Amino acid sequence: MADNIYTKRLDGRKMDELRKMSAEVGVIPNADGSATFSFGSTVAIAAVYGPKPLHPQHLQNPKKGIIRCNYDLLSFSVTERKRPGPSRRSQEISRIIEWALEPVLGLDEFPGTVIDVHLMIIQADASTRCAAINAAAIALAHAGVPMKDLVSSVSIGKLDKQLVVDVSKEEEDYHEGEGATDIAMTFMSNSDKVLALQLDGKITPEGLKEAVKLGRKATKEVHNLQVKVLKEYLEKTGGGD
Amino acid sequence: MEISNLTKNRIKEYLNKGTRFDGRELTEFRDISIETGISNKAEGSARVKIGKTEVLAGVKMSISEPYADGPEDGTMMVTVELLPLSSPNYELGPPKFKAIELGRITDRGIRHSGFIDFKKLCIEEGKKVWTIFIDIYSINDNGNLVDASAIAAVAALRDAKIPVINEETGRVKFGEWTEERLPLVMEKNPINITFSKIGNSIIIDPISEEEDSAESRVSVGLITYDKKVMISSIQNGEPTEFGIDELGKIFDKAEEMYLKLGKDVNNKIEEAIKRNNKK
Repeated sequence: MADNIYTKRLDGRKMDELRKMSAEVGVIPNADGSATFSFGSTVAIAAVYGPKPLHPQHLQNPKKGIIRCNYDLLSFSVTERKRPGPSRRSQEISRIIEWALEPVLGLDEFPGTVIDVHLMIIQADASTRCAAINAAAIALAHAGVPMKDLVSSVSIGKLDKQLVVDVSKEEEDYHEGEGATDIAMTFMSNSDKVLALQLDGKITPEGLKEAVKLGRKATKEVHNLQVKVLKEYLEKTGGGD
Repeated sequence: MEISNLTKNRIKEYLNKGTRFDGRELTEFRDISIETGISNKAEGSARVKIGKTEVLAGVKMSISEPYADGPEDGTMMVTVELLPLSSPNYELGPPKFKAIELGRITDRGIRHSGFIDFKKLCIEEGKKVWTIFIDIYSINDNGNLVDASAIAAVAALRDAKIPVINEETGRVKFGEWTEERLPLVMEKNPINITFSKIGNSIIIDPISEEEDSAESRVSVGLITYDKKVMISSIQNGEPTEFGIDELGKIFDKAEEMYLKLGKDVNNKIEEAIKRNNKK
């Protein structure tokens, strides 16, 4: 078997190094909760509205509230202009994010209601869904929605045979050797529970196990930042806006 | 948004006394802040905040065939998306009338100002011209998206660099830019000022509650032409009975405001671009 040829990352990062992350709480005054989250130059913004009555009524669940996510890219956030409005891709990702967030939310307390989570990518440089999920979790906490845990997401890549943390666009387009494999994974922050897993490429089952471990470790860093900005926001505002 | 009659009446009472909920004068703008280069995949981009109202604008360019009636003219398209992210009143789905109207007003404000020299956007007469897409998104709607959109469009245009053309395919090489800026006629300095009529009062830069109390409005696009202030586009909204004198006063006020606001916005865009170049 040939040796691994991806021995140095294109942007000089260590193999298990995330891009510089940043986050901010309370960026949209109209929303009940809001936040931004960035991995390097990937920037996501999230707004939470609700829990609020759900119309039309037949969509309501009398036992618990429901969550609706709406993820999309701004038309100019990508190299070739994306036509404004939802695409098949954005609808799929929206649903995946919904599924990833629902398990941590205390929706039983809000029967008949909906929580809308709007997620927009302002600048796209890979891992947009992970950035969106991280922003959404902060925004939900900011909105005061009962949560049993935060949610943290990261993408793990396999470039040729090398596992790397937080894939950039440049790496996503890597074609040498075994090429690029992109694995977006989302964890419940304080347990080892996987909430979402998507993979495109090729990897051995052993390699995937390794990748999940690496992802779990990296999401702890994401989680630390999420907690840090939420705490800072609380201190700054005293809890109220 | 449906606001209560109580709020409407209170707003009118205030205006009759010459004051507003936030303490501003009737024809006073909130603070405007401008950032450019907020999205690095765009040819140009900007964030504009007027008080708590925030919009993002991005410019993307592609090569296309010119229209038959303008074989040497570049083309332009403006869209405004009212994101559900920006207000509890906006819903997902195809653009509703408000978004379409906003896009149209912004489009006309730019197009008829002569700010873009469309002739210089011709690559090959009758065959290839540049198309400029200006996409504007609301991030937080607290009133007056219309004037904010116009400022954001201008700032994003001024921030934009022309993309590199792939000589072989004749198409845009994505992610690569020349050092060349768009052919803009800076001295035109287009600005949009929207006047809202509430009861007997005429105000500018309304917050959401004032916007919802307004019986009618008129958007005035202004430019500098031959060192004079000229009106380059106008659009009124909602069923209205403006008196001729009333309109006359609005036009005078628009001119007076343009002299200050135009300079102010122009400086802010310049500073934003300078700051961005340093990064």
